[in-house]
Amino acid sequence: MNVLNEWAFIGIFAVMAPVFPALPIVIAWLFRPRKPNALKSSTYECGVETIGDTWVQFRVQYYIYGLIFLVFDVEMVFLFPWAVAYNEMSLFGFVAGFLFIFLLTDALFYAWKKNALDWK
Amino acid sequence: MDELCTGLCSVLVEAGADAGLAQFLSLLVGVLLVSGVPLITVILLIWIERKVAARIQDRIGPNRVGPVGLLQTIADMIKLLSKEDITPAAADRVLYNAAPLVSFASVVLIWAVIPFTPFHYGVDLEIGALYFVAIASFGALAIMVAGWASNNKYALLGAFRVVSLLVSYEVPLVFALLLPVLLAGSMSLLDIVNAQTGMWFVALSPLAFVIFYISSQAETGRAPFDLIEAESELVAGFNIEYSGMKFGMFFAAEFLHVFTNGILMALLFFGGWMGPLYYESPLIAFAWLGAKGGLIYFTTLWLRNTVPRLRIDQIMAFNWKFLVPLSIANVILISLALKIMQELGWAPRDLMGASFGQMLPTTFILLVINGFMILYLLGMMRKRGREARRESQIAQASLAQAAAD
Repeated sequence: MNVLNEWAFIGIFAVMAPVFPALPIVIAWLFRPRKPNALKSSTYECGVETIGDTWVQFRVQYYIYGLIFLVFDVEMVFLFPWAVAYNEMSLFGFVAGFLFIFLLTDALFYAWKKNALDWK
Repeated sequence: MDELCTGLCSVLVEAGADAGLAQFLSLLVGVLLVSGVPLITVILLIWIERKVAARIQDRIGPNRVGPVGLLQTIADMIKLLSKEDITPAAADRVLYNAAPLVSFASVVLIWAVIPFTPFHYGVDLEIGALYFVAIASFGALAIMVAGWASNNKYALLGAFRVVSLLVSYEVPLVFALLLPVLLAGSMSLLDIVNAQTGMWFVALSPLAFVIFYISSQAETGRAPFDLIEAESELVAGFNIEYSGMKFGMFFAAEFLHVFTNGILMALLFFGGWMGPLYYESPLIAFAWLGAKGGLIYFTTLWLRNTVPRLRIDQIMAFNWKFLVPLSIANVILISLALKIMQELGWAPRDLMGASFGQMLPTTFILLVINGFMILYLLGMMRKRGREARRESQIAQASLAQAAAD
């Protein structure tokens, strides 16, 4: 298969993939009972009316983890080409990749020392 | 157009069909065939999961519907189909309905790049490993969307926790994935398997396999990382508002994800379909892959049913202060050692055609390095354990002292 066909395959797969779980849900929609009432469709929390807004600002700790993850994730994408070229790489390219990993580790230790990794 | 159109497509064209349509149809048949494998296995997986869990807990498990309870899943499906589907009035309707679809689709999509045998696969993407990483992170998105759209405080809290967990464990997962890519010199899963002809990658970098195993257990939200369903704290987590088939889709996605990870580990570290007589017939190759993936899948079930749940702060500390530094150190040490050996001429530069004998010195040296790392880690863990025990003893003693006073 050539490249165009490969990506056409992925494209068709991506369109079809949500159809598989949607199918049983649609079939269920044909069979299932429909008797909604106000109590049934209220928010399921403690049995009493939910107090306050759910969609509020969340704790900053999640955001910090997200930021650290972003740093690592973006840098890992850069490491994949390095890994693919590893076997044919000259020593220079190899050391360059190493410096990159060390910078990455540096960021991790900085976050560690700043206590950004502690769950508070 | 001619070289694009082979196999079924060319048959259709000869039968008088439009070239574009024929191509689309042949690709569609391919998609249906490839996705058929996970869709059929998932029905069996639910039964296996329940049976194994039951046996570990000294129960019998499903045994009424069909022989040894094999039709239990079918009965459950019929039950789920006839369940009323409740959408909370406060929910964001579009996102609420989209989340289970995205959750299941993100797992099925991984199977597009999984080679079943040397000749049977959906596509052999040149960036297969990266594609896996990209698609797998859709699962976290689905959970976030489900928790947010439910407009329920428990669901949202559960979703936040789970997403921070999934996102964190993706870092060691991808670092461990880097090693098979590095060893094979290719991101294509087919090439990675073929590069293991001489030696399985688990022998070259056992630590990478262990890291991949642990973080994929976390990615699927299984014990000891099952914050996803911390029912004692969050009622049920992100899927609290879901009912009927939509709830079932989240669960099917989870079961399938665990098995998919088993198959992936078999491909990445255990030589995929390599085994006695695999070249005789694609069926034997397929059976080998299934057996290896199934065995790894079984160990994950075993782990799930025997270990207690960790606290969220413990999970986060374990990931960021242990797994991530370890996975980075692993990549650094293995790549450095391999490069030195390649420069000295001890290790083959291209593993694709390397024989078992050629791989032996490399394997030996890498195993020794891994052994030292594991010994060091064990020593470190014992030291930490001793400290923790001493601290708890001191805390208990002071508590007893306070009670006596």
